[in-house]
Amino acid sequence: MLQLVHVFYVLGALFAGAAILNARDRRWASAGIWAIIAVAMVLGDAMLAAARAGTRWPVQAMGAGVIVLGVLAQLARARPPADDHARAAARQATVARLGNRLFIPALAIPLVTFALLKGAPYLRLGSAALIDAAVPTQVALIAFGAACLVALVLALRLTRTPAFHALGESRRLIDTIGWALVLPMTLAALGSVFDKAGVGAAIADLVSAVIPTDSRLACLLVYALGMVVLTAILGNAFAAFPILTSGIGLPLLVARHGAHPAALGALGMLTGYCGTLLTPMAANFNLVPARLLELRDPYTVIRVQWPTALAMIAANIALLSLFAFG
Amino acid sequence: MISHWPLIGVAVVIAGFAIRFNPVLVVVVAGLVSGLSAGIAPGDLLALLGKAFVDSRTLMLIAMPLPVVGVLERAGLREHATTWILGFARLTLARLLIAYLALRQLLSMFGLVHVAGHAQTVRPLIAPMSEATATRMLGPLDDETRDRVRALAAATDNVGVFFGEDVFVAFGAVLLIQRFYEAKGINLSPTDIAWWALPTAIAAFVIHAARIAVFQLRLERRFARARRQRTGL
Repeated sequence: MLQLVHVFYVLGALFAGAAILNARDRRWASAGIWAIIAVAMVLGDAMLAAARAGTRWPVQAMGAGVIVLGVLAQLARARPPADDHARAAARQATVARLGNRLFIPALAIPLVTFALLKGAPYLRLGSAALIDAAVPTQVALIAFGAACLVALVLALRLTRTPAFHALGESRRLIDTIGWALVLPMTLAALGSVFDKAGVGAAIADLVSAVIPTDSRLACLLVYALGMVVLTAILGNAFAAFPILTSGIGLPLLVARHGAHPAALGALGMLTGYCGTLLTPMAANFNLVPARLLELRDPYTVIRVQWPTALAMIAANIALLSLFAFG
Repeated sequence: MISHWPLIGVAVVIAGFAIRFNPVLVVVVAGLVSGLSAGIAPGDLLALLGKAFVDSRTLMLIAMPLPVVGVLERAGLREHATTWILGFARLTLARLLIAYLALRQLLSMFGLVHVAGHAQTVRPLIAPMSEATATRMLGPLDDETRDRVRALAAATDNVGVFFGEDVFVAFGAVLLIQRFYEAKGINLSPTDIAWWALPTAIAAFVIHAARIAVFQLRLERRFARARRQRTGL
């Protein structure tokens, strides 16, 4: 019954709300950004269906929308932080009244997600499954979306907040994150252009031109460091893995030097994750939290985590040379 | 012969980030440059951008907890998280973050990746708790220290989820690796692959926990030095 598209509709409503509230404040660039996102959320499936049927203009219009997003992101002004002290007294009062019960909705997100995830095969509404498991990888996402709504209802009832405040509050946080919230999807679009244009293949080609293929260690180092660098460029280890594993991993390490494919694959992917920790291209992990935590420099998260990433690269290379040829 | 022209797009990204243009604009321009230099027709390029953008909507799920988090913040969740955590008299910044690291790794080892995250746990709970324990240990934090403490909380979430993923339950990455090998004629079971993530998970815990401890130690030394200078001892 519940499908991922329903979660997208909810997100579409949130962004449409943020667009309207920004337009009311005459913050046109921000209003435009969230309106484009709302359209992508609500009409996305229709656009994809039309493209499959051979009608390309809707996805082309969306592509133009992505370009407009880039311009609007440059124009949008950061919102001045709301006067936090004004409501401090009201907050003190609710805290005094509710105490630890304030944690309940926050904890409901993980608990309900878990319950729905584990209960998905058994939960039914009439004859239909409560969570549509037609695409197994989507069950966790649908469960998470539903859990967020359950938590929201709990929070509104517990704090006796009128429901329309939820829209204003989510708008406040959406504007706090600002352009960083748009970046992950824009990067995914860039990734598909890179893929189509053959950027990964060009990099793998450059790398394999300089690699001394007779040295097992050299091949291993190039594969591991290549995973880090390509992941940092593409922002995603999942995109880098097939390129480097088919370019270097399989022909050189597995076929020529007899590496164990399972260990090579798992450790190679995890070495790529170290690249994710280093790059602004992995916006969801590195730039979004910087905005969400209201840090002054968007790169502070990367500045704090790069030593861990470098140490993990060394650890993974050591584990690779230990286990991949065992 | 492989064309190297599309690499201009990579150069645009690096240059754009380096001179700190708005990242969204940098990424859009890089996509256009890369696509056009590879000879993709403008109409096809627009369709490609639009389709990939819409295809990746699941990335926006990070916004799903924002309404509930906003409502709870309005009711004072962050303030309450601060007072609550200060009730644990012997808790230090390092102990708090190392415990969170362990919890996040364990949860994601069992496939529970979405139960925590920057929007639903770090901003409303872990970051204010970290700030509060750091302030109790050190005194008032300057802006730079406060930002770094918050950023360490976010980094801890990242390390926990990245290097916990896929150890006991075969999810995204393991299935991707398995399907990739299968297409190349190498048949492996997901558990064969997942098992190899365990040594890295342990290494990540040890390394990042040590870094958290060192981070705290350095802060303590710096604040102690500043106090000595202020009191003229």
